Amino acid sequence: MATVNNDIKTYKGFRAITLLCLLVLYAPLVIVTIYSFNASASITNWEGLSFRWYADVFTGPESDKFKVAAFNSFTIAIMAATASTTIATLAATAMVRGGKFKLRTVSFGLISLPLMVPEIVTAVATLIFFNSIGFTRGYLTILVAHIAFCIPFAYLPISARMQGIEDSFEQAAMDLYATKRQAFTKVLMPLMAPGIISGFLLAFIVSLDDFIITNFVKGAGVETLPTAIFGSVKQGIKPNIMAISTMLLSFSIVMVTISYFVSKSDNTK
Amino acid sequence: MKTMLKTTAAALALTVGATAAAAEEKVVLYHWFEYMPQELLDKFTAETGIKVTMDTFDSNEAMLASLKAGAIGTYDLSVPGDYMVAILKNQGMLDTIADGELKNKANISDQWLDVDFDPGRMHSIPYQWGSTSFSVNRDDYQGDIQSTDILFNPPEELKGRINVLDSQADVLAMASLHLGIPQCTNDREQLKALNALVQGAKENWTSFNSDTAKEVLVSGDVSAGMIWNGFSAKARAEGANVEYAYPEQGMLVWMDNIVLLKDAPNRENALKFLDFMLEPENVAALTNWTQYSAGVDGVSDHLDEALRTSPENNPPAGVSTAFIQVCDEQTQAVYDTIWTNLKK
Amino acid sequence: MAAGAASGGSATTDTYKEARNWLLLPSWAVLGIFVLAPVCMMLVYSFLTKEFRGGVIWEPSLAAYDQFFFDRGLFGDEPAKIEWTYITIFWRSIWQAGAATLLSLVIGFPTAYFIATRPERVRPFWVFLITIPYWVNLLIRTVSMKFLLRDQGPLNDFLIGTGLIDSPIHIVNTNFAVQLGLFYSYLPFMVLPIYAAVERYNFSLSEAAADLYAPKWVTLRRIVLPAIKPGVIAGCILVFVPSMGSFLAPDLLGGAKNFMIGSLIEEQFKGNAGNWPFGAAASMILLTMVLIILLIFARQQSKAENGGS
Repeated sequence: MATVNNDIKTYKGFRAITLLCLLVLYAPLVIVTIYSFNASASITNWEGLSFRWYADVFTGPESDKFKVAAFNSFTIAIMAATASTTIATLAATAMVRGGKFKLRTVSFGLISLPLMVPEIVTAVATLIFFNSIGFTRGYLTILVAHIAFCIPFAYLPISARMQGIEDSFEQAAMDLYATKRQAFTKVLMPLMAPGIISGFLLAFIVSLDDFIITNFVKGAGVETLPTAIFGSVKQGIKPNIMAISTMLLSFSIVMVTISYFVSKSDNTK
Repeated sequence: MKTMLKTTAAALALTVGATAAAAEEKVVLYHWFEYMPQELLDKFTAETGIKVTMDTFDSNEAMLASLKAGAIGTYDLSVPGDYMVAILKNQGMLDTIADGELKNKANISDQWLDVDFDPGRMHSIPYQWGSTSFSVNRDDYQGDIQSTDILFNPPEELKGRINVLDSQADVLAMASLHLGIPQCTNDREQLKALNALVQGAKENWTSFNSDTAKEVLVSGDVSAGMIWNGFSAKARAEGANVEYAYPEQGMLVWMDNIVLLKDAPNRENALKFLDFMLEPENVAALTNWTQYSAGVDGVSDHLDEALRTSPENNPPAGVSTAFIQVCDEQTQAVYDTIWTNLKK
Repeated sequence: MAAGAASGGSATTDTYKEARNWLLLPSWAVLGIFVLAPVCMMLVYSFLTKEFRGGVIWEPSLAAYDQFFFDRGLFGDEPAKIEWTYITIFWRSIWQAGAATLLSLVIGFPTAYFIATRPERVRPFWVFLITIPYWVNLLIRTVSMKFLLRDQGPLNDFLIGTGLIDSPIHIVNTNFAVQLGLFYSYLPFMVLPIYAAVERYNFSLSEAAADLYAPKWVTLRRIVLPAIKPGVIAGCILVFVPSMGSFLAPDLLGGAKNFMIGSLIEEQFKGNAGNWPFGAAASMILLTMVLIILLIFARQQSKAENGGS
């Protein structure tokens, strides 16, 4: 492929469109980042550089609300990502290393169900479900809903990684009298690490960012960061929200960078 | 399966929420957005040691929907408008406040004690009252604004520059005032006229928004907007040259009330909060912040001078007013159809 | 996507065959109870009687579907005609989602192609650049978009400042703003599958075409495009499906003036209407439409794969 003349590959204008695309993607975020450092309380006038809105996030009148929301968001995201990654790893092992079986397609359909159903439908269905079994909405309802819809996001990178690992490593271990359990935990799992980490991070971020489903299943006074932010931005975006957004953006960039380097080390095979 | 799920859930909740629920004294309030100064909540916490957790909604109907969808039993208090108090009561969602449970009950103004949505104040206390009309940016339009024509038959300058509240009850009640027909009418011709009016007016409206009703006026995104009087005063304080209108056809008045919800998880703390919100000093602090009016005696001494004389709080004599009425199921179905038609 | 991954079973082995039911049990249980059962429950609710102001009465009824498909006038007693209200709302959603998809394709295809033809070691960096904004909360992205586009916002200020326009372009609260918001929400979903397809494409085919004096644009249309078609279709689906059900963009950028399916459904549970069976029915209809689209796609995909190999 590398021998193909570059002139044949490239098309005039595609670079310009790509740059336009990046401009469109980044312009709103850059603007929000810039205005988060605005000294003015007004979102429309620029009155000099200041960190007051960052201080406001931690000490201002709404700080308690956002601290609690951040705590809820991160604990839910960690637990949901851990649970869904575990479930997805087990499922991937069955799907990739379990031979051919009748329910394989059905299982795959079930696992990818949260990806196929529009989010608003999942949200409504979950609300109806909790309501009909008389389950009081709160922290726990958010957590179980997140575990469920994070499973496919954890599953995809994990199963992709597993398909890329040749079976011969485990076979070799078992030839040397390792039990299946040992082959799984001592051989397959370490090789799987990059895939599991990507799956975990993906599930973590998806849970951290979810608004629609959380908004439907959350209970009284239990806010996550997105629902707390929504409560504020509906009345117009305020500088403290811009500061929170910028911090979340930085956090996401760090996470994605980590997963980027993890997947780069994915050249072991 | 139901019991098994619940038991499992309870066990999980114990392990998961153990740290969060460490016997902290709290009260959970389901409130309108931007309607409660944080300082007042902090004061309550300082006096009683009870923390206030607050969730917000943006319309009476949204609050009802959420309570119906399983949130009842998780909140202690809510702040419905007058007609919504009646609806919540009919739905059996309110707890009764027994005689003597509120030591400050006597502070309620006589005018607001025997209200028809809650005779004798068995379930609620006054929060704030005010009016709903519309405001016009005087830089953009200098003509006469004392008519609901501004919303429903706007002058050329305002066409496409109007925001209305995203609330079926408010919009259709205001439209009824414009037509001079009774609210919740079951007269077919009148209902058809109501439908035709809002359908025709929609092309002149740029957005349906309650949350940003103030913000769009301040930022200049619209030149006129349906709004509550205190919100309009705040918009003016934030630098918008807006005038609150007192239309000749009449305007809507309302009273928001704090109600004690059924199955309140922190009932005792909720009662303390109600007593706190009946102290004239606290109500005055609230009123100075919201720029509406209080329903409690002894407040006026603590009010800001600016608020006492503000044009938003001093309607000219002779403005007719109406509370929003609760429609029966049949008329409500027609209202729902009109609303869906409007937004399709 | 579903079909593609499901048929990618060539790499499977049967090392853990005996344990596979136990391994699958947790995912079956969690997804069965918290996704599949709720969808079934929603189907049941769509056939129940509505309770005034929210909730359901456990009596079977077809009223929700009747309301969706038949118009009986303002007072519900005229002879039934076809109801256009909800068809209009669905049509608008399809149209808006379609426009957003087209916009994503027009911008996303050249971008994906451009990235896939970069030298191999810098490609991940370009992909990284495209995906970063996607990790920012959808809500924040939508609101910042609104902030940018406002009449007095930075974009209009900039355009007026440069003298390109005299008075602000009115974008917020229009259909175009909604399309732009949807495009912005889901663009990476368009770029990534196309990128993956172009990366796998064997460029010696293009070279062969060039040797036969085919003009470059003809090569793109006749050789490259058919080869990467599955990626393009996958991208379109991944943008179209979530766009159809979205309610944040119409609410925040469209001024909540016109319902889309998502906002119609939300209104039944969180807004004025409080008609649960109708909300459930509208959700079922949306779900059915999406599943049909996915099924058609899966068919196409397997046809393409069979034809290709």
